[in-house]
Amino acid sequence: MTIEPDPYAALNDPVDMSQITIRSPGREAWDMFRSNIPAMAGLIILLTILGVTLYGSFIYTGDAYDIVWAPHEPPGVTPEFPLGTDYLGRDLVAGLLTGGGPTLAVGAAAAAITMVIGLLVGALAGYFGGWIDNLLMRVTEFFQVLPALLFAMVLVTLFTPSLFVIALAIGVVSWPQTARLTRAEFLKIRELEYVTASRAIGTRNWRIMWRVILPNAAPPLIVSATLTVGVAILFEAGLSFLGLGDPNVMSWGLMIGANREYILDAWWPVTLPGLAIFFTVLSVSLIGDGLNDAFNPKLRKR
Amino acid sequence: MNSAYLLRRIGYGLLLMLGVIVLNFLLIRLAPGDPAVVIAGEMGGATEEMLASIREEYGLNKPVLTQLWIYVSGMARFDMGESFFFNLPVSQLIAQRIGPTILLVLSAQLLSIVIGVFLGVIAARNPRGPLSAFVSIFATIGYAVPVFWTGIILIILFASAFPIFPVEGMQSIRLRDAPLFTRVLDIAHHLVLPAFTLAIIYLAQYARLTRASMLDAMSADYIRTARAKGIGERKILFSHALRNALLPILTVAGLQFGNLISGALLVETVFNWPGMGRLAFDSILRRDYPTILGVLFFASLMVVIANILTDFSYRLADPRLKDET
Repeated sequence: MTIEPDPYAALNDPVDMSQITIRSPGREAWDMFRSNIPAMAGLIILLTILGVTLYGSFIYTGDAYDIVWAPHEPPGVTPEFPLGTDYLGRDLVAGLLTGGGPTLAVGAAAAAITMVIGLLVGALAGYFGGWIDNLLMRVTEFFQVLPALLFAMVLVTLFTPSLFVIALAIGVVSWPQTARLTRAEFLKIRELEYVTASRAIGTRNWRIMWRVILPNAAPPLIVSATLTVGVAILFEAGLSFLGLGDPNVMSWGLMIGANREYILDAWWPVTLPGLAIFFTVLSVSLIGDGLNDAFNPKLRKR
Repeated sequence: MNSAYLLRRIGYGLLLMLGVIVLNFLLIRLAPGDPAVVIAGEMGGATEEMLASIREEYGLNKPVLTQLWIYVSGMARFDMGESFFFNLPVSQLIAQRIGPTILLVLSAQLLSIVIGVFLGVIAARNPRGPLSAFVSIFATIGYAVPVFWTGIILIILFASAFPIFPVEGMQSIRLRDAPLFTRVLDIAHHLVLPAFTLAIIYLAQYARLTRASMLDAMSADYIRTARAKGIGERKILFSHALRNALLPILTVAGLQFGNLISGALLVETVFNWPGMGRLAFDSILRRDYPTILGVLFFASLMVVIANILTDFSYRLADPRLKDET
């Protein structure tokens, strides 16, 4: 009879601490994110788009507003205008480079406004509970009843359409979801021991909300903020498509809206800005999914 | 079904609608400029007489609370004022347009739920299979495509390359006097592209959600029990697991309704579908505020009704909630 080797023998060995790397949660999340191929692809696409819209016009010096050629020149025919021209004969490469800035800026600003309103409402409702929660949640439900795009259209039309008004309108119609998510997180975390502990040592409510609970609620909120940027970009595109953008500022949505009537004559002035929007939102949502996985302790490798 | 719950739910819905009316009232007054000029619309080229009659009708020279009362009581009778661009009462304009919108939104909702759930169920049978991968890629892509752009691409495809579906409007003019059945077929034919355009985003989301929710349900104890009893796999999948997996889908379907209406706005504009979205677009171009606010009111009303219906179907589908109030 042979003696089976003790399967637990290794447990008795002293642990060699030099073999174990202790990583901070942020570092751990980044390592997880880095090994996620779609998420990294999203990050690279987004950085490329940002780089091209921010610095592209230094290299490619065409003016997006100038009529430079015959209308509806197809892509790849004239070397000076590699992507062709639109219905007025404006250069599409210049249009795409110039139009990216406003689209991205409005998307980012709108997402920031959404997050600020949503965090504030959700945190107050979740932390204090009681009648404050009740009141704030009724207000949130009210805003969820209004069809977002329609409400944003009304706001933009009533006040003059500028990039700021558009961002504000998108923020005003999209915060309820963030508020609900924030509320749920705050409700959950406010019952935990460390919150009770900091209350016991006399920390003020405001400080507990923003310095104790918020950092612990951060992962789902960061994911939601990322996805909000994508939704806001789609929103801006939709509004400009309907002709509600700032008519004096070139944006991807405006390009689609302006060229829409001629789609059967020329597909490229509509298709190309649409692809630009698609890749931007896709990259943002891939990053969001990647962050979601990276913050999920169940998926984390030990 | 508990009738007290029903009444409370409807009462709450009425309260929300009162909120929408007050919001509409505030919006007109918050806009820069004289409310009478705002109501008449800048493109209307309002005359002094017209402005005077608007001031009279809306009681604009009375105290604000009286104005609010006049507005609310008017809305309660569905009197939403007159469109100065179309020269028609707003309620009449919306009555003409609400049918096509409801048809479009409901068809899109039905298409996306039926196809989405079906794809999700099949994908869940093999969580690592090719269909699962397809569903999640499709959902990611569907989320990122602007809905109006999908519509335009479909128009480009179907107008020239495969002219099998009409790309504009709701009816063919030459069939206007055809028998009813032919006309219904004609409308259905026109409906295909707009409904599919609108459905495609949600279809992908429902597929992803169904897949996740089916995988959850399939690992539950009652499924093991059903297997132990020797019930066939298909029956387990569709009548045991799916019934439970449908609950989260129902919730999402209710929540999506507002987004669906927003999407319909864009799709109607792309396909020239004669609904409320198209009306909103036309009236916004003309700054015809009574019409815009009327559309906002009715669109919100549709969301409120959809939410109430969702709540009820949820209680029907989940027997555990039956006796709760």
